[in-house]
Amino acid sequence: MNSNLYALLGLGVAVSFIMALKGLSAPKTARRGNLIGAFGATVATVIVFFDPAIEEGHNTLLIIGAIAFGVIVGVPAARKIQMTQMPQLVALFNGVGGGAAALVAIVEYLNLSAEGKPSTANLIATVFTVIVGSTSFSGSVITFLKLQELMTTRPVVFPGGRFVIAATLVGVLASGGWTISSGGNTPLLVMGILALLFGVLFVLPVGGADVPIVISLLNAFTGLTVAASGYVLQSTLLIVAGTLVGASGTILTRKMAEAMGRSLFGTLFGAFTAKPQAQAVGGEVRPVKSGSPDDVAILLNYAQRVVIVPGFGLAVAQAQHTVRELADLLAERGVEVAYGIHPVAGRMPGHMNVLLAEASVPYEQLVEMEEINPTFPQTDVVLVVGANDVVNPAAKTTPGCPIYGMPILDVAGAGNVIFLKRSMRPGFAGIENDLLYDAKTTLLFGDAKDSLTKVVSALKAL
Amino acid sequence: MTTMAILTIFILSVFVGFEVVSKVSTTLHTPLMSGANAIHGIILVGAILVAAEAKTTLETTLAILAVVLATINMVGGFVVTDRMLEMFKGKGGKK
Repeated sequence: MNSNLYALLGLGVAVSFIMALKGLSAPKTARRGNLIGAFGATVATVIVFFDPAIEEGHNTLLIIGAIAFGVIVGVPAARKIQMTQMPQLVALFNGVGGGAAALVAIVEYLNLSAEGKPSTANLIATVFTVIVGSTSFSGSVITFLKLQELMTTRPVVFPGGRFVIAATLVGVLASGGWTISSGGNTPLLVMGILALLFGVLFVLPVGGADVPIVISLLNAFTGLTVAASGYVLQSTLLIVAGTLVGASGTILTRKMAEAMGRSLFGTLFGAFTAKPQAQAVGGEVRPVKSGSPDDVAILLNYAQRVVIVPGFGLAVAQAQHTVRELADLLAERGVEVAYGIHPVAGRMPGHMNVLLAEASVPYEQLVEMEEINPTFPQTDVVLVVGANDVVNPAAKTTPGCPIYGMPILDVAGAGNVIFLKRSMRPGFAGIENDLLYDAKTTLLFGDAKDSLTKVVSALKAL
Repeated sequence: MTTMAILTIFILSVFVGFEVVSKVSTTLHTPLMSGANAIHGIILVGAILVAAEAKTTLETTLAILAVVLATINMVGGFVVTDRMLEMFKGKGGKK
């Protein structure tokens, strides 16, 4: 292919990615934006086979086979995944992307080294890509395991952990310097292994609500590695696309952190400052007030205003349609219904909006935290469906607990609080919620969907 | 490409990246993150380039592995983003 034509098509693809990100930031254009990005990526994948920089292409069939295999693995995974498991799938996709970037850098390094020691600039870019790509890969895998609950969701902190992490980081940087100064395969191998280890250690101490921020951060990192690979491979498209993701990902990470009242710095360097925490005092059994579906139905029926606070439990139980049925029923009887949406309810920011949109809950009923908080004193009943950490007053009252400082929904201001919970088990962050023991709180145990179905039929019978 | 040209592209891309997402609503944080995630799957282009020029068996093996991983990232990323956004559709249409 003519090299000017190739460059022009590459530019078109870069523009499509900018339009994709732009489209994705507004609800109306989001889907179209994503499709534009997918189209651009497809074009880029096809034209790269005609890249004039490839003098004699080998392995064409093998490459096409590998792409086909990737599609066979990736598409069904993305299609079949439950809404509840989406966050960990995104984490995993991000991880394999980081891994791919690291591999590309390694292969190019081997290739360049065959013709003598690569230039220092190339070496630096390679070292950067391998370190960050490997960290992103192993870090994402740990995030996946945490979200999939294949391992504990609490922060994993061991004595002296921060020294181990700091030492690993020093080792990574030192082996990076070694690679840059001497070249050769051994330093690169040592560096890659240490970077994988660092990724694991970096994510282990992160717990609870901070996990989505880390996914977003690793996502931005992977973008930067793609840009660095683009430098080594002399590909403008990779530089532009990677930098776009790196920059927008950084902004997004900061926005998420702000939405959660977290400092980005604190999350980033949590690994270095985390101390083993005293576990919450267990054993003490406090009385709670549990109610029947009929009690809940009566409370709701005679309320003027009800606010529903959805959380991860709603997603697990797939109860979004049932909750909507309940809301519609209440609205028919003249009860004012709104949903209080915490920015990080669920396992990802915006998780609840996606879920409730699926059940076609009217957009106007979804009220963000800042707007709904002042209305709680005028609210008769708050129905908390499978949420815990986002309404836990410990975020305000207990300095030192993992969620301290996170803005919460002030549901305690309402007349009555009903919790639909599976058990007394604490939420994702692993912290006790004092509100459960409050006199105005009623608990209804069970799967959120079952409980809601019972409440709906009890309400119909009234 | 000269280093200056690359630096120019890099810096301008940083600003574009900052700018395009500056007004995103909380609702779209997740799909946007997922979409950006799919876009960095474009490393597939780099993986294909190195695979096409791989000479030794080791290089070929690693490069082909990179192609597989990058494809999963890119294709899976766009599909999962589309599925998330599917949930938002028709909100204007039906009431």
